[in-house]
Amino acid sequence: MSHDPLYEMVIGLEVHAQMRTRSKIFCGCSTTFGAEANTQICPVCAAFPGVLPVLNTELVQMAIKTGLAIHGKIREKSEFSRKNYFYPDLPAGYQISQFELPIIEQGELTIERDDGSHKRIGITRIHMEVDAGKSLHEGIQGASWIDLNRTGTPLLEIVSEPDLSTPQEAGAYLKKLRAILRYLQVCDGNMEEGSLRCDANVSVRRHGHTKLGTRTELKNLNSIRNVMRAIEYEANRQIDVLESGGSIVQETRLWDANVNTSRPMRNKEEAHDYRYFPEPDLPPLVITQQRIDAVAQHLPELPDAKGQRFIRELGLSEYDAGVLTATREMAMFFEASVQQGAHPKTAANWISVELLGRLNRENLEIEQSKVSPNHLGRLITLIQNNEISGKIAKQVFDIMFETGANPETIVQEHGLKQVSDTGAIESIIAQVLADNPQQVQQYREGKTKVIGFLVGQVMKATQGKANPTAVNAILQDKLTG
Amino acid sequence: MTLVQAASLLRTRQISAQELTTAFLERIQRLNPILNAFITVDHDGAMQAAKEADVRLNNGTATPMTGIPIGVKDLFCTENLTTTCGSKMLAQFRPPYESTVTRKLKEAGAVILGKTNMDEFAMGSSNETSFFGPVKNPWDISRIPGGSSGGSAAALAAQLALATIGSDTGGSIRQPAALTGITGLKPTYGRVSRSGMIAFASSLDQAGPMAWSAADAAMVLHTIAGYDPLDSTSIQADVPDYVNALATRMDGIRIGIPTEYRPDNLNAEIQKALTEAEQTFRDLGASLVPISLPHTRYAIPTYYIIAPAEASSNLARYDGIRFGYRCDDPKDLKDMYTRSRNEGFGAEVKRRIMLGTYVLSSGYYDAYYRKAQKVRRLIAHDFHQAFQHVDLILTPTTPTTAFPLGDKIDDPIAMYLSDLFTISVNLAGLPAMSIPCGADQLGLPIGMQMIAPILKEDKLLSAAHAFQTATPWHQRKPEP
Ligand SMILES: [Zn+2]
Repeated sequence: MSHDPLYEMVIGLEVHAQMRTRSKIFCGCSTTFGAEANTQICPVCAAFPGVLPVLNTELVQMAIKTGLAIHGKIREKSEFSRKNYFYPDLPAGYQISQFELPIIEQGELTIERDDGSHKRIGITRIHMEVDAGKSLHEGIQGASWIDLNRTGTPLLEIVSEPDLSTPQEAGAYLKKLRAILRYLQVCDGNMEEGSLRCDANVSVRRHGHTKLGTRTELKNLNSIRNVMRAIEYEANRQIDVLESGGSIVQETRLWDANVNTSRPMRNKEEAHDYRYFPEPDLPPLVITQQRIDAVAQHLPELPDAKGQRFIRELGLSEYDAGVLTATREMAMFFEASVQQGAHPKTAANWISVELLGRLNRENLEIEQSKVSPNHLGRLITLIQNNEISGKIAKQVFDIMFETGANPETIVQEHGLKQVSDTGAIESIIAQVLADNPQQVQQYREGKTKVIGFLVGQVMKATQGKANPTAVNAILQDKLTG
Repeated sequence: MTLVQAASLLRTRQISAQELTTAFLERIQRLNPILNAFITVDHDGAMQAAKEADVRLNNGTATPMTGIPIGVKDLFCTENLTTTCGSKMLAQFRPPYESTVTRKLKEAGAVILGKTNMDEFAMGSSNETSFFGPVKNPWDISRIPGGSSGGSAAALAAQLALATIGSDTGGSIRQPAALTGITGLKPTYGRVSRSGMIAFASSLDQAGPMAWSAADAAMVLHTIAGYDPLDSTSIQADVPDYVNALATRMDGIRIGIPTEYRPDNLNAEIQKALTEAEQTFRDLGASLVPISLPHTRYAIPTYYIIAPAEASSNLARYDGIRFGYRCDDPKDLKDMYTRSRNEGFGAEVKRRIMLGTYVLSSGYYDAYYRKAQKVRRLIAHDFHQAFQHVDLILTPTTPTTAFPLGDKIDDPIAMYLSDLFTISVNLAGLPAMSIPCGADQLGLPIGMQMIAPILKEDKLLSAAHAFQTATPWHQRKPEP
């Protein structure tokens, strides 16, 4: 870390996660991303006079799921409020959110730090709210266009405690949270597209001090890397200000990823009195214990639990278990490969070394892999059944990675099948022994190391397809017999 | 002619819906220029609906409302029919959707003659804040008809419709009903859907019928009441058969008389009319019980915090962007917001938006809004306590009879006091009715209010019907 060791950082994150409900939060409009402007709107989205919001129950299910996944308390009675401000992409002049009584409180998740230790990060609250539309400023000079397609997209705002102490911890927290949301299939977690957004509250204080320093809020952080960089930059900036005798101004700052600096938002952009009050169009939301229990029954296995199971039941190392549960897709890939009969440790190795190595080099995600988990599992099975050697398997894998073909066909078409037939091997060995009388002589004189050369000759003659164990056994037999 | 009588004539085909509608449209054409009760008269739509009603009356698919000509307050959105809310802001607004109330009426075969005048955004007690000009009281056109459903009340009193629909946030059905000598019912909050009804104060607004009698009101309420999935605050409860529940006796019914609603300075003629009504109820078999509603005096200040707070937020959507009035040549966004709203809203609306914005602002929220919500619960609790001992509560509807146009328009506090007796009911979410019970020296109608527990509209209508069976007040009509 580059910042002054006399200081420590206090970081809290506010994450907005777009929920993957089929329809919007308060009306029946579709939530599909990328449709033509203003094609997915209705009088409710556009806040026409007299129309009323009706809460999407699918969203409530998703919020309960998320609450359970972070071990939060789900309030029996929560309440919606209006946050009032004028902005063209906010058609009603207020955002429906939860303020005093959010649906979830007091959750937590565990992150792994760079040194391998674990740290518990508190989650203060999760509440439901509605996303705003988009203002488009390009095009005709002096005019703005409003696209209300996004208006009404459901969001969960997930607010952490200020428990994070380094940019790395903030990154780990975001990765973990994103993994959980993806495991639950409630959010795409795509920060570039904005389906997951993060604001960071940052302050610094001298080590040993308990009083919190004045914090600033960082916005416009559209990747985990930017979150980490912006926090690092901000902490250093605050330390410089304090060290030069200044004091920190509580403000909102916008991160500019192009120049790796932040600038304060103009006061006009943030001076709001939101005049929150309970939303009179929606009665308080009451959630019964039965409803929570029903959701809990269908909760998928989450990364931590899955990782523990991989270690306990499949014998993986903690490191491999961590890698393979980092995303839902990775875990699914691994489990599907094992289901094909691949040995778990071998499968773990192939995925984390060969597959991820290639994917990383080509900047691809595991979902984009042409190698399917089924095919990878079958490839490993071929090795386990002595049908190909590990070395040949890597050749086969390369072809699979490029073409997506199945391993058996590749082995067939390229004639890579391992020869275990002793008759065939015996005749090749006989030929090799006949061609190399000098080496045979040396072996019989006690220079047994020369067998390596002879094995090599046999493998060469079979283009690597002979089963090396069988070759060794037969050779020894012939040479000593 | 009452709605019930007209329904009988239609059913027996002694008159056609088209004849009936034509008669009312002609009367509107003659009298509306004087009274200004309708903002929009939908001649073509009404005749088309009447034609369809006649088909249903002939083929046996009619309901008791089929072919009945009605007026609808101009805050219920009607598809492709201008819905102004009494405001310049929405003077040209043609909704692309139908309110649940008007949809139900249309489905039942009612004929909507037009949209009735109202105080702007239902904010007013005299119908003088309408952008489309004041409504005149048919009993004396130099006087106000009450508000905010003044157009619905005047239209009915002048027999321009057989029933009208109003909305009541603090007395907006009951107060004009009292001042024009008709029967008006504000149902339990959530009994009638608010979907498509342009909001003033969401936690208080409730639609209801205005009619010539309790029996007529029962028929209309039966048509518009019920749970609506489009309104999350509507109540999931069956709708009883209000018409069948009507009785002519009141044996065993206990009527509470709250002392707080009989101030010493109450208008003597109103006091006298109430005393006579009490005797009528005794004669019908009811007993009278003095009760107390101790938090009554906080109702007006509480209301004038909660209602403007909600209104200030509800009216934020009128920004000149997607619908409604937009100022000419806006310089920039802020200019468009400011001038569109400044030019599009009238003085009373702006006064309430400012008041509401103030009471919600940081630093004042706890002192005003939060405290008002607490008092609101106390007021509701008063009624809950009282209804442990009585079945209904009887009060005057208004402190005075209809006052002259212009009398209070420049004195908001005096105007707000017109709703002195009606406001608590909205804060408590209870059903209440105003029915005629007398006349002052000038012959102006006097109304009395009856209040019932949550969802006891049937008890309310039944008591009103018994009273109207025993008295002639509801049959008095102004000179044509
Ligand atoms: Zn919509």
